[in-house]
Amino acid sequence: MDLEEAEEFKERCTQCEAVSWGLTDEGKYYCTSCHNVTERSKEVINSDIIPNAQIKALNRGLKRKNNSEKGWDWYVCEGFQHILYQQAEALKNLGVGPELKNDVLHNFWKRYLQKSKQAYCKNPVYTTGRKPTVLEDNLSHSDWASEPELPSDVNSPFLESGMESQSDVHTRKSLRISKALQSETSVCSGSLDGVEYSQRKEKGLVKMTVPQTLAFCYLSLLWQREAITLSDLLRFVEEDHIPYINAFQHFPEQMKLYGRDRGIFGTESWPNYDDIYKKTIEVATFLDLPRFPDITEDCYLHPNILCMKYLMEVNLPDEMHSLTCHVVKMTGMGEADFLTFDPIAKVAKTVKYDVQAVAVIVVVLKLLFLLDDNLEWSLSNLAEKHNEKNKKDKPWFNFRKWYQIMKKAFDEKKQNWEEARAKYLWKSEKPLYYSYVDKPVAYKKREMVVNLQKQFSTLVDSTPTAGKKSPSSFQFNWTEEDTERTCFHGHSLQGVLKEKGQSLLTKNSLYWLSTQKFCRCYCTHVTTYEESNYSLSYQFILNLFSFLLRIKASLLHEEVSLVEKELFKKKYSVTKKKSKSKKRRR
Amino acid sequence: MSRAASLPVIYSAQSVIGMSDFSEELKGPVTDDEQVETSVLSGAGMHFPWLQTYIETVAIGGKRKKDFAQTTSACLSFIQEALLKHQWQQAAEYMHSYFQTLEDSDSYKRQAAPEIIWKLGSEILFYHPKSNVETFNTFADRMKNIGIMNYLKISLQHALYLLHHGMLEDAKRKLSEAETWRHGEKTSSREILINLIQAYKGLLQYYTWSKKKRELSKLDKDDYAYSAVAQDVFNHSWKTSVNISALIKMPGVWDPFVKSYVEMLEFYGDRDGAQEVLTNYAYDEKFPSNPNAHIYLYNFLKRQKAPRSKLISVLKILYQIVPSHKLMLEFHTLLRKSEKEEHHKLGLEVLFGVLDFAGCTKNITAWKYLAKYVKKTLMGNHLVWVQEEWKSRKNWWPSFHFSYFWAKSDWKEDTALACEKAFVAGLLLGKGCRYFRYILKQDHQILGKKIKRMKRSVKKYSIVNPRL
Repeated sequence: MDLEEAEEFKERCTQCEAVSWGLTDEGKYYCTSCHNVTERSKEVINSDIIPNAQIKALNRGLKRKNNSEKGWDWYVCEGFQHILYQQAEALKNLGVGPELKNDVLHNFWKRYLQKSKQAYCKNPVYTTGRKPTVLEDNLSHSDWASEPELPSDVNSPFLESGMESQSDVHTRKSLRISKALQSETSVCSGSLDGVEYSQRKEKGLVKMTVPQTLAFCYLSLLWQREAITLSDLLRFVEEDHIPYINAFQHFPEQMKLYGRDRGIFGTESWPNYDDIYKKTIEVATFLDLPRFPDITEDCYLHPNILCMKYLMEVNLPDEMHSLTCHVVKMTGMGEADFLTFDPIAKVAKTVKYDVQAVAVIVVVLKLLFLLDDNLEWSLSNLAEKHNEKNKKDKPWFNFRKWYQIMKKAFDEKKQNWEEARAKYLWKSEKPLYYSYVDKPVAYKKREMVVNLQKQFSTLVDSTPTAGKKSPSSFQFNWTEEDTERTCFHGHSLQGVLKEKGQSLLTKNSLYWLSTQKFCRCYCTHVTTYEESNYSLSYQFILNLFSFLLRIKASLLHEEVSLVEKELFKKKYSVTKKKSKSKKRRR
Repeated sequence: MSRAASLPVIYSAQSVIGMSDFSEELKGPVTDDEQVETSVLSGAGMHFPWLQTYIETVAIGGKRKKDFAQTTSACLSFIQEALLKHQWQQAAEYMHSYFQTLEDSDSYKRQAAPEIIWKLGSEILFYHPKSNVETFNTFADRMKNIGIMNYLKISLQHALYLLHHGMLEDAKRKLSEAETWRHGEKTSSREILINLIQAYKGLLQYYTWSKKKRELSKLDKDDYAYSAVAQDVFNHSWKTSVNISALIKMPGVWDPFVKSYVEMLEFYGDRDGAQEVLTNYAYDEKFPSNPNAHIYLYNFLKRQKAPRSKLISVLKILYQIVPSHKLMLEFHTLLRKSEKEEHHKLGLEVLFGVLDFAGCTKNITAWKYLAKYVKKTLMGNHLVWVQEEWKSRKNWWPSFHFSYFWAKSDWKEDTALACEKAFVAGLLLGKGCRYFRYILKQDHQILGKKIKRMKRSVKKYSIVNPRL
């Protein structure tokens, strides 16, 4: 123990048995008596990426032969911690407050390690067979929020400060023992517990996966009530603003990955909205988190604000906002109790804020224009005539014109998106391989691909394709100045509303429901979306919005049905009439 | 009816530098891949595109296809689309991303990747304005060494590319390299490739040889250079024959190789050898049916002044494969001259056969032969023969050959042809036939006599009104 506490290298030289070391320029130890240079180096190279604590902890706690070819000894959860760290950094760069990383995400992660019995508990999973005597629950400890960086939680967070307690020694000892056991069995992974990890199956355990890291990020964003929705988060991932695909390639050089790690850290798919949404709830329930901070009207995630944002995004008149607000109010979707995520409630569920806001807009469009491939066009004719006559007035919103402009913009956007996806480069600079035998093959392949790519890039036009897009929560940009693409934000809805006394009514008095019947049971089967059963305008609008959110159109359709269910609650329960008139006030 | 509509199959000798074939070949298999991917062939030969996706999801345990697989297959279709539209630049851009399929974690796809990449890549480099021979060489050399499966195929196509650019020496070097390449087990498919590579090398040697031969023919025998060149010509021959002979023993269509090989054998007087090669090429049942094989043999035998019966037997086979071939008229002449009665009958069949094809309807020689021969046959009391041939044609020949429309246009274009046809029409359909009547009505001074004679013959011999 004493040897380790002294910050110096105190092993005997393999050549002359002396213990007198100096440091070379490269940071390697050399024997001052016989000038033998060791393979060992003072391991603080990547201190900016990973805090010293971890390296030292690993190095000192697991003092075994660490040949440089094999790299450091590391655990799978450290890998995920590293990814989370990168993601938190990226979020910070996107403008999210620093508390997210330092407090929220950090604590969630610690809580996860504890709940999954990987650290901060009496009985960590790694000590197979032997139990350390004491290791108190650290969650209540004073370092809960005081750590500036994410430390190596596995081994104990406060090694760095030098206040080593008995308990840490115990943990480390047990770690060392389990490591000794594993090093013989876990040949097939770069991490120490890769094999064990992938075999671990316990009831109720939520295992970390790469998509799970995004669930953690989203939970923290939600906790902080940040202005990033789940669909934004996933889009940023897809646009490479947040590390996800091949996040492991930024691991320190010495953290080698192969074999089982490939299955754990390799990803060949972008995250999927529904999947991450489910995982978020799963993780929150597993962590046993308390009710989240209330989503109130001044939060970005409140439907009123999100509706405004999406109305701007799709170039619809600002006047529609009061209608969306009305729908939100009538359905009770603006209530904090409805909006706030409470994992310990009976049925843990959170709102798909972005999808819901968009669904409200779709409902409002249906209220105004019916979207039956008929009324919207005749209303457009009226608006066109009116606009021709009154060129000086605020123009009436013309659905047809809007459709033409949006269709063009949407098609272009989608085409670009598809092309960009087809060109996406999935493979990391650090190839993943199954075993050490495969390593040279994998590296050779990589080199070959790089060479071929280099050769073909000379054939491509010299003008480089516009580099990485800067992240934005808006995908479309509409300005008054652009004459090619009319901006409809300032257009009026006068053409589709009529006054009646004090209130305004929609000219259209009909409505059709996206779903006639809901399942009585509590299954998730709300509705099915068979595209061809619906009007073309409705299809277009669903496609447009679902593209913006990168979700399936059926998911949005489902949400629209749910909004309608709330809006026409009475009608659903009393009669099953298909169409009905609606009075609305402004 | 359908027989008439289909044009005779024209087998052209493969060009030595088959770059067009090469690029077609490039496109072919790729689309095949696509089909395999999207549809499942059921027993009844029906396609169910959705079934494949269903099966795929089952195979991977209900999980959806990975985005990697999705985007790379989208990338492939973008490349194909760009190639189709000749947008080489875009194709190259997508190709840049498509290379990652070499690292696909799906081992089946990973193994298929080099071939697809080679085909697409070489196509792009062949046409891309910024590409040149060096780029192509680098690319080919790289692709050759990704896996050993494609080394020989790529080497061969590489050589063809060089040939296309007139770089004969480099092509020869590539072929020699490929020839001496040894790696792993020798499989039968690889053996064919090696033979093909050697044969192409032989073909290149033939090319040099024939150039020298031409030089030689220009030189005077007393010229001091003559013997040197002659020596050269002789030296070349044995190498070539070794290279080509192995290939043409294997079943296949080897027209250019056979042709040049035979030419060299003939040049050195090895007629028996040449005949053996050609006979084997034409008659060996393991070889695919190939009209050119019989044409080569026939032409060779004709040069050798072989007996008529031999020539007839060769053309008989060609007649079965390509009844519309232009050699059929020669065949008819041979048959007519023969002493055997069955040959005479066959001669009639052959003529009718030729005129069944839309491409031969304006062949005046064929009509002349037919007119003469039908008359001769009828005069020779073989009415049954004519009736037999006419039986299967009387439903459609009148509208196919002898309509009023044809009478008018034939007369306008070629009166001689019209006369011959009218004569045949008269003989087969009788003097009431519209074609015949139309021609008869035309008052032509020079042909007047001929037409009169024709009218008489028709009256006398027409099968519609047989004299009893």
